Amino acid sequence: MKGGPFCPRDPFIMIDRRLINNFDWSILLVALILSLIGVLTIYSATRPVLDAVQKTFYMRQLYWIALSLISFFVLASIDYRWFMKYAYLLFLIGVVLLVMVLIVGRKGMGAQRWIPLGFMSFQPSEFFKVLFIITISRYLSFMKPGEGIGFPELVKMITVFLALPVVLILRQPDLGTALLLFFIFILMVLAAGIRKKIIVTVLVISIISLPFAGKILWDGLKDYQKLRITAFIDPQADPQGVGYHVNQSKITVGSGGFWGKGYMKGTQGPYRFLPENHTDFIFSIYAEEWGFAGSLVLFLMYFFIIWRGFDTAKKARDTEGHFLVLGVTFMFSLYLFINIGMTLGMVPVVGVPLPLMSYGGTALLSNFLALSMIENVRMRRFALYY
Amino acid sequence: MEKRIDIALYIVVLISGIMIFRLWNLQILKGNEYKKIDERNRLRVLNILPPRGIIYDRNNRALVKNVPSFDITVVKEDIPKDPETLDELGRLIGMKKEEIVAMIERKPVKPFESLTLKEDVSFAEVAKVEARKVDFPGLQINVVGGREYMYGHSASHVLGYIGNLSIEQLRDPHYSDVPPESVIGQFGIEKIYDRNLRGIAGKKVIEVDVMGRIMQVVRIQRPIKGQNIRLTIDINLQVEAEKRLRDKTGAVVALVPDTGEVLVLASSPAFDPNLFVRGIRSRDWKKLISDRRKPLLNRAIQSQYPPGSTFKIITAITALEEGLVSENTEYYCNGSLYFGRVFRCWKWAGHEHVQLQKALVESCDVYFYEIAKELDIDTLAQYAFGYGLGRPTGVELEGEAKGIVPTSGWKRETRKDRWYTGETLNTVIGQGYLSTTPIQMARVMATIVNGGKLYRPYLFMESGSGAKAEGVVKIRPENTELIKKALSGVVKDKKGTGRHAYSELVSIGGKTGTTQVVGGIDRGDDVPDKYKDHAWFLGYAPADRPSIAVAVFIEHGGQGSLSAAPIAKDIIEAYFKGMNNNEGGAFLSP
Repeated sequence: MKGGPFCPRDPFIMIDRRLINNFDWSILLVALILSLIGVLTIYSATRPVLDAVQKTFYMRQLYWIALSLISFFVLASIDYRWFMKYAYLLFLIGVVLLVMVLIVGRKGMGAQRWIPLGFMSFQPSEFFKVLFIITISRYLSFMKPGEGIGFPELVKMITVFLALPVVLILRQPDLGTALLLFFIFILMVLAAGIRKKIIVTVLVISIISLPFAGKILWDGLKDYQKLRITAFIDPQADPQGVGYHVNQSKITVGSGGFWGKGYMKGTQGPYRFLPENHTDFIFSIYAEEWGFAGSLVLFLMYFFIIWRGFDTAKKARDTEGHFLVLGVTFMFSLYLFINIGMTLGMVPVVGVPLPLMSYGGTALLSNFLALSMIENVRMRRFALYY
Repeated sequence: MEKRIDIALYIVVLISGIMIFRLWNLQILKGNEYKKIDERNRLRVLNILPPRGIIYDRNNRALVKNVPSFDITVVKEDIPKDPETLDELGRLIGMKKEEIVAMIERKPVKPFESLTLKEDVSFAEVAKVEARKVDFPGLQINVVGGREYMYGHSASHVLGYIGNLSIEQLRDPHYSDVPPESVIGQFGIEKIYDRNLRGIAGKKVIEVDVMGRIMQVVRIQRPIKGQNIRLTIDINLQVEAEKRLRDKTGAVVALVPDTGEVLVLASSPAFDPNLFVRGIRSRDWKKLISDRRKPLLNRAIQSQYPPGSTFKIITAITALEEGLVSENTEYYCNGSLYFGRVFRCWKWAGHEHVQLQKALVESCDVYFYEIAKELDIDTLAQYAFGYGLGRPTGVELEGEAKGIVPTSGWKRETRKDRWYTGETLNTVIGQGYLSTTPIQMARVMATIVNGGKLYRPYLFMESGSGAKAEGVVKIRPENTELIKKALSGVVKDKKGTGRHAYSELVSIGGKTGTTQVVGGIDRGDDVPDKYKDHAWFLGYAPADRPSIAVAVFIEHGGQGSLSAAPIAKDIIEAYFKGMNNNEGGAFLSP
């Protein structure tokens, strides 16, 4: 492993029979099914009741699915080791984009997250997560196996790779994505192995400094972020205000019962009792219409993707691929659990979309790109030498 | 490496398990609870108020009509909780925040039913509220059935009025099927026959979105229109009676002798029921309440006064039936009679030789004193009871007085004393303890001329159709004829006390009465009004086949012959003129 990743001479030899034979269709199929369920649910959630014309969210989502599929194949056909080779460059481009969004970004819903591209808006922080995972994987692949990350490496990683993007993303402000980067980082470091001494030290320091750090963190939060957290702790305190979201989401999910109200029979979405019903709270609408039974099926499909990710990580040919797939799977799982936890009132409302299903093109594309990384590593798991 | 991935997978399974458990909790364990909340989120029940039945007079003239009026209502659950929004709502509808809060607390409303905030608003206000409805979910304009009483003050005591449910009525299970924003009968026929008139409210279950906009109608249950009611009242005659009562305090009741139908039930002064429809303003209410002539009092059924000489008819019948006198029994009247003390005849000069006919025609008191000496008070009372005195007549109006018919038992109970024959002397001429209402006396007249059949007076045409007499007074036909002849004489004879009721148009019979207000004061025209006697006149026509019986009572009217008799005549004439126009004058036989 020393000396960097293996670099293929010609990365653009894509049409290789063995590659096609090793292509894992199941991940793509399940992801496609989930995103189509997403479109159906978006259609139902935004269906007009009074206004004659339906907003075209579902159509736009379909275009994005098409674009995502193409991107999936394109990206999967490029050997992931190419990304590894240019990891730090990609990271740098990502950071530049994050700076740009603060300068030329379009504001929407109190935050500055989009770069307008004329025909569409583009959310750099969504893609940055994948770039971040590539970068960390690249760095971790230099670790000696079995040794564990020492203190200097940890500090280096935090200062070089984590601190800057987190600060930039918090400036937008996008607390959800910032936290996510932080969690992905921790999970990847833990997976790579870290010295017990560091874990103990970090634990002790965090327990001691918790009151101070907590205070600083709390003061650093925007008012709406604070409200979300208080609403999470006690949704009944202000049922018409911030707690409204959580309460309505629970009503939406709960009223589905075992079999659900049936497709297109849900009312909470189209009657707009549940805001953000086609984006962050798409799961509530799905659970309302398909009930507990449908939700279980959904869980199974998501679980399949996660399991497939971990399985691929085990089978990866090299540590770079291993960490890349792990990071991507962690990200996917975090999104899934935070979003569903949010709709079920178990996690504060932090504006995290449900992977593959929520309305939103950039997020969908970035999800498919992340999954294509799993595919990428999986189809190349048998050492192929050119 | 592989071990850590397995740990990660276990953690994913664990978290998934927790979430599925949470889902189970929300969807299965609490599913029904959330389903209810979800329905409450979007389902609203709107009442559809039925049009109220119309009240017609006996000739199918409409006495009332329904006119729409607009109320601002709000669904209780949708009333803004924060003071600022509440303030804004208050500004929109022109109410203080505190008023709204007080109203919410005061009125008991079922969940998700609407609550009336402001009544009878103008079109401008309606437009204002409609324009801002989006900002205030649950705010509604409700079209409420207002009521116009087309004849104003006329028959106001009979018709009564409608009004919003009072707080007590809202709590009363009796009205549980009445939507709280509806108006119901609060007085008179409107109240008594409210169940017929009000109809059955319909319901509209609608789905609303978060803005309160109607998304779809889930279920609709049409209201059932209130039943129309035809009264026995003849509004033209009623108006005529009221015209004659104007500036006077008193009452007129006219009945159809053979059925008990109430043709006229007038009380003066009257009030305007239109004032009450959308809640009476306190200024108007104070005016009504502080009026010394008490316009809200229905004198036709509530004022109780001694019947005066009109009662002599009953005394005469009693004496005839009991065999105390016959047609030719004669007494001598020298202006007074000594029985323990001096009992005066109204004619101080005396009537000299008096037979029964003359005694009634000229209303000789002494003749009846002579009868009283032989008459047991309890026997007289039995006849009085027979003619329906001493108890409410049962006309369909609230608050009817029952009057007093004294008996020895009654005296013992109320005065702790025995009955003295001297008191009988007062009673036979309709003074003393006796007290009656105008409607009772009208019924007495009707019962006498129809040969003794006692009917319950009624106002709702259908309620009395085919009604049987509730009692029969035993009276020999020849005695009825005798009395009727005498009563005709009262009006026809030159010396008859009721000659002011004489009509060229129709043969009228009747009896005057004067109720002494204070004794010992000279009864002249110069006496101040409040000391003047009350005047009575009972009349009927035509003499041979009576089709109308009238009682006129004027408070402080002076002598019955002068003030009450002409009114009775005018009403009877109006009745037959009206008959002439309506039915070709079949009954006209002067």
